[in-house]
Amino acid sequence: MSSEVLLTVLIVLPFLSSLVAGSLPANARNAEVWLAGAVALIGLAITMSFYPDVTGGDVVRYEIPWLPSAGLNLVIRMDGFAWIFSMLITGIGFLVVLYARYYMSPKDPVPRFFAFFLAFMGAMLGVVTSGNIIQLVVFWELTSVTSFLLIGYWYHNANARDGARMALTVTAIGGLALLVAMLLVGHVIGSYDLDAVLASGDTLREHTLYTTILVLMLLGAFTKSAQFPFQFWLPRAMAAPTPVSAYLHSATMVKAGVFLLVRFWPVMAGTEEWFWIVSSAGLITLVMGAYAAIFQQDLKGLLAYSTISHLGLITTLLGMGTPLAAVAAIFHIVNHATFKASLFMAAGIIDHESGTRDLRRLSGLFKYMPFTGTLAIIASAAMAGVPLLNGFISKEMFFTETAIRNPNMFANLALPIGAIIAGIFSVAYALRFVCGVFFGPPPTDLEKVPHEPPSLMRIPIEVLVLICLIVGIIPGIAIGPYLATAVVAVLGQDTPHYSLSIWHGFNLPLLMSIGALVGGVILYIMLRPYLALGVEGPPLMRRLVGQRIFERILVTISWKWAKSLERWAGTRRLQPQLFLLVLICVVTAWFALRPGFGPVKLQLSGWDPGFVILWLVGIFCAIAAAHQAKYHRLASLVLMSGAGLVTCMTFVWFSAPDLAVTQLLVEIVTTVLILLGLRWLPKRFQKGDADHIALPTKLRRYRDIVLGVFAGGGVAALSYAIMTRTAVPDGISRFFLERAYTEGGGTNVINVMLVDFRGFDTFGEIAVLGIVAITVFALLRRFRPAAESVEKPEQQRIQNAYDNLRPNRQSGDTVNEYLMIPSVIMQWMFPVIIVLSAYIFLRGHDLPGGGFAAGITMSIGFILQYMAGGTRWVEDRLRILPVKWIGTGLLIALATGLGAWAFGYPFLTMAFQYAELPIIGKVPMAAALFFDLGVFVLVVGATVLILIALAHQSVRSPKAARSSVLPTHAVEPPPPPTLETSTVEAPGGAS
Amino acid sequence: MELVLAIGIGVLAGSGVFLLLRPRTFQVIIGLSLLSYAVNLFIFSMGRIRLNAAPVLDPAANDPALYTDPVPQALVLTAIVIGFAMTALFLVVLLASRGFTGTDHVDGRER
Repeated sequence: MSSEVLLTVLIVLPFLSSLVAGSLPANARNAEVWLAGAVALIGLAITMSFYPDVTGGDVVRYEIPWLPSAGLNLVIRMDGFAWIFSMLITGIGFLVVLYARYYMSPKDPVPRFFAFFLAFMGAMLGVVTSGNIIQLVVFWELTSVTSFLLIGYWYHNANARDGARMALTVTAIGGLALLVAMLLVGHVIGSYDLDAVLASGDTLREHTLYTTILVLMLLGAFTKSAQFPFQFWLPRAMAAPTPVSAYLHSATMVKAGVFLLVRFWPVMAGTEEWFWIVSSAGLITLVMGAYAAIFQQDLKGLLAYSTISHLGLITTLLGMGTPLAAVAAIFHIVNHATFKASLFMAAGIIDHESGTRDLRRLSGLFKYMPFTGTLAIIASAAMAGVPLLNGFISKEMFFTETAIRNPNMFANLALPIGAIIAGIFSVAYALRFVCGVFFGPPPTDLEKVPHEPPSLMRIPIEVLVLICLIVGIIPGIAIGPYLATAVVAVLGQDTPHYSLSIWHGFNLPLLMSIGALVGGVILYIMLRPYLALGVEGPPLMRRLVGQRIFERILVTISWKWAKSLERWAGTRRLQPQLFLLVLICVVTAWFALRPGFGPVKLQLSGWDPGFVILWLVGIFCAIAAAHQAKYHRLASLVLMSGAGLVTCMTFVWFSAPDLAVTQLLVEIVTTVLILLGLRWLPKRFQKGDADHIALPTKLRRYRDIVLGVFAGGGVAALSYAIMTRTAVPDGISRFFLERAYTEGGGTNVINVMLVDFRGFDTFGEIAVLGIVAITVFALLRRFRPAAESVEKPEQQRIQNAYDNLRPNRQSGDTVNEYLMIPSVIMQWMFPVIIVLSAYIFLRGHDLPGGGFAAGITMSIGFILQYMAGGTRWVEDRLRILPVKWIGTGLLIALATGLGAWAFGYPFLTMAFQYAELPIIGKVPMAAALFFDLGVFVLVVGATVLILIALAHQSVRSPKAARSSVLPTHAVEPPPPPTLETSTVEAPGGAS
Repeated sequence: MELVLAIGIGVLAGSGVFLLLRPRTFQVIIGLSLLSYAVNLFIFSMGRIRLNAAPVLDPAANDPALYTDPVPQALVLTAIVIGFAMTALFLVVLLASRGFTGTDHVDGRER
């Protein structure tokens, strides 16, 4: 297979199999393990196969163009350094999968675990093989997200949730900083390609933006690698399942930060800023992490702080800026991954088999689990830097580097002293781990008798410890060539000569090593009485807890500030929010139009007095409706309809009959709708004069008037500016005008556009209408009117009281007699309206009209019946099934569209034909007519459903309205006959 | 003519915006309706207003210049329908909110 395919498989396979893993059944543990293990092994094999291609500083690249114009391509790039990281990710990944098979309980939902795990592995491989720096940030953030999911895997546990949230917050913020850094790098260099970046180190270092880029990039790296002052999230992340810790916090996630530092070491390192920031952060982390690790009571907490400390060691090495130090850093990355992964796994076994990770309760386990004990002791020794183990070699390289004379006095002292102190501490905590768990008196208060784990669970540790030993004893053969490959990939021409042998003769670094070992033993013995007290947390630092500071900052930002922001502009306060929205619109439009409209000529000729009067009425209606809307709702509604009529007449005036017809019909239905709603609004009476209004309310009104004037003025100016210039002669309209008849078969261009050219749009639109109708219906099913609106309207009560006083009348007679003659007319109008509707529908294709207008007309016919006879009367005589109509209409429209497929045309292609019918004559038979029929049926259904659902609210009994289950259905027979049969009541509130 | 229509659109939009910012749901629904008139007329006016132009094709006369601009009209037709659906939905949300919260304030509580 070509390298392109292999590289693509390497990145894509984990993500794809993550989807598969997530969809397997919950009890498919073995299938999950086979899948994840196979993916890891395939990745490992692919990585291995690239080894010959990357030795000697060669690079394999596969570039997939994506947005070449913006310099954004997907580049998968494998060099020696990415290679060694890929080996760690896939190799340790495989071991962790094997380990997790035995660690995870059958009760845990393993599909989720392996899905996240594989996604994380893919993200991590993506980070190390990214050849484009923006792509790198994307994968970087993906590792943050997937590690969040993994850490929070046991989300029922509050610690896991908090730990996951903290890890995500810290690392994702760092990722954002990194993104900015990468964008700046791209700006400085002019390319986002990693090879181009690596080739322009001098440009970058000498640029004025260098310090900014450096700080942002280090923010990314330090948050990810838990460097001071961002180290606090890592111990909290120990709430994750142990396989996750073994993977994320030894070989992968936290190593991404140091990976980044190494990746950009050739271009960013070597300056004063780099040296001071990186090495001091590293040194502080190194010493502080090691110190805190000694005093942890939790086994995993100890390992977490030790990880922080080792990451600090790597960072310090990178900060020094010498090529030899960089070699040591890369070497230690590999070594730390092996021994720390095995130690985490051992800690998991101890937890698993003894039921606790608390060092105060663990003791003398060596007798119960000698194999695991031996393995853990060897791994701890590697961690402490004992000779003949891999940790020793890289640590000695570290000592060598720190001991080199540095021109700077502070660095000259601080580095070696810090190194020795950290060395002593690390020996002490390694001893604490080993002696505390495996030696001493037998454990007393364990829940179960500890024993060896299944032998397969131990295999991953055995493999890793074996690697520690081999690398420690024969480093030149075991790791030499691979390390050289990685080092050359980073340092290139600057690769220094270095020796991987164990014995360099008696020199200062060896003395430092011995000193650290001896000092560590003495320190541990001295601290034993104190440690036996079992106090939580390290002395001197107990009060300065990073987590607590972080929490406090988080509370301030995400709670206090967020709350005040929400109070100011949140959705709970629609008024300010709408104000902001309108304000932003006005301001944005202002900025967009600031250059001006170009020449605007004032046209004062050709005024029609009739049109002026029409709009004087319209303007009066609009302003009066705004003025009356609070206390005189009915008046305001009437005025609003007046404005609507003026709009409608304007359409007529300017040659748009279709719009006028539709607007008029919609106006009628909207008015009826709002009239139906009025009853359920609270009464509001205008009290006193305007002087009693509070000042803030007054100010807000004036403010809104000003904003309204600006918005209206802007719209007016804009429309005037456009109306007074000549249209583009060859606009899009020409297309429709020329083809409406020849290709659409209709002379009404608007209708042909709606049902034919833009049929898909109309299809979506009627679907929206149907959805709205069903939503309205669903909302009203559970509608509870406010208590004060439940009573009968005042008018009806007066009428009923009048009836009760008369001996010859019954209560309700007046209500029934109300508008008797109009009712009869309305009932007689029903067939007429149906014919009118059919007429409007049929002429639609060639003359103004169409399915929508016809549908609204038809529903007006229905609603007139409700108004004339009352809900009960209509529903006794007529079965109306609006929900079915909605479905039928949608299906007819859809079927018409699909029909085009049968003839090999795209969806919604309309055929047309003229048919000669006897008597009637030539009739257009366009397929669009069927589509329009669908529109018609749906519009009738939707409108009737909305109107009936609202009208039905009046028929409900007060009792039913209060009960929890409401027996209402728009089309069902109405409630018991004891109720009043009302006409649709309109006026209510305080008008 | 253009000036009159432009002022008319402006007043409709201004009144609509003012009502949109009021605290009572009924005011907002009236405001939305006024605003949608304004927007419909605005879109319509983008096709330039023409007196006595034919809206319906005569297959014999093929010159596009004789007819009104159909594109804004088709868009406005769609807008009218969606505006109707929006008004209906908002009205019902308004009623439901009033029923549940006991107030007709847009925030669901009196301030």
